[in-house]
Amino acid sequence: MIDSFKSKSARFPAFALALAIGAFACAGTAQAQSTVDEGRKLAFDRSKGNCLTCHVIKGGDLPGTIGPELVDIKSKYPKREDLVAILHDETLRNPLTVMPPFGRNRILTEKEINAVVDFLQTL
Amino acid sequence: MKLRSAIYLASAILALAAMTLASTLPSGAADKVDPVADAKAFQKFFTDKFPKVKFEDFVNGPYSMNEDLYRQWQDKEQFPPYEFALEMGKEMFSTPFKNGKTYADCFPNGGIGIRQNYPYFDEKEGKVITLELALNRCREANGEPPYSYVKDEMAALTAYMAFTSRGKLMDIKIPDDPRALEAYEKGKEYFYTRRGQLNFSCATCHVQSPGERIRAEILAPALGIVNAMPIYRSEWSGMGTTSRRFTTCNSQIRAVPLSPQDDEYRNVEYYLSYVSNGLPISGPGARP
Repeated sequence: MIDSFKSKSARFPAFALALAIGAFACAGTAQAQSTVDEGRKLAFDRSKGNCLTCHVIKGGDLPGTIGPELVDIKSKYPKREDLVAILHDETLRNPLTVMPPFGRNRILTEKEINAVVDFLQTL
Repeated sequence: MKLRSAIYLASAILALAAMTLASTLPSGAADKVDPVADAKAFQKFFTDKFPKVKFEDFVNGPYSMNEDLYRQWQDKEQFPPYEFALEMGKEMFSTPFKNGKTYADCFPNGGIGIRQNYPYFDEKEGKVITLELALNRCREANGEPPYSYVKDEMAALTAYMAFTSRGKLMDIKIPDDPRALEAYEKGKEYFYTRRGQLNFSCATCHVQSPGERIRAEILAPALGIVNAMPIYRSEWSGMGTTSRRFTTCNSQIRAVPLSPQDDEYRNVEYYLSYVSNGLPISGPGARP
């Protein structure tokens, strides 16, 4: 009796934890989806990321041709921090790049850069 | 492991590409100022990059970079959008000031067929004199108020003066005066210096990326870009002068534009015109 109670009470927090994780995971994907949408908006917005001015991006009209097409990003840049670094200041890697230093020159905030990276990883 | 070697390979290619780009960019980091060698290298860069474009076609900006656009442009030239400004300029040019004098009295050869000699270095003043500046000085010397440098009347006057000079080859001189060489060098430095929140130099777009698209627009090559001034731009819904082009470029890269005809802009125009020597005047132009 005591044993079973014990085990029941031990199981309860485990169950609650599982529930909590489930809820968190749901909120997590919802949040991820909203940052992907936010990132897409920033990438297409002329006054913000404006990635489309130079890059072909799926879903974007009248893309530019200066930069490479943004496709298969996850296989090209498996490490998220590499993408963040490119957006922050690509001149560090390639001094002759045309790409504006979005982070260094505060064209985008750190949060906005992260949203754009979330979007890029879906391409 | 496979991935790692792919990354190494990619970065090696990138480094190589950067090196090739660096070595093919005109001007380089020359130790001493040599405008003759500069102009030669500058022109070679573009003719090597676009072997199919005829030399004299570089003055046609984006139209020289794309066959479809070239055809559209030839159609457009039948009824050019700058025609109104041209007519206005012609009339203004022949209308006397209140004192009875005209623009023709201020310029060599009555102002006809001389566009290719501007800007020039004035050794008395020790500065670069552009056509726009000379026109406003002419007005002020005759008791007339100066015009805005960027559009309307100034664009009309320069359109007419360019039109009478069409086909004449750009012929900018650098006199044997250290100040002239300094003005040229400063103009060159401005042209290649990155600025603004977007961190672009003039060369980022017009040397590194001519022929490429930014959204729907095709970037014009720097070579011959001034020969077509002033231009009617659909984007502006009107005419614009060299001053307008410089100030709006600066705004677009989110830099603070200088005042039109600031010494630095005059120096850039001097540099850019000098390295376009030998190309025909094609202004006024029409651009998307």
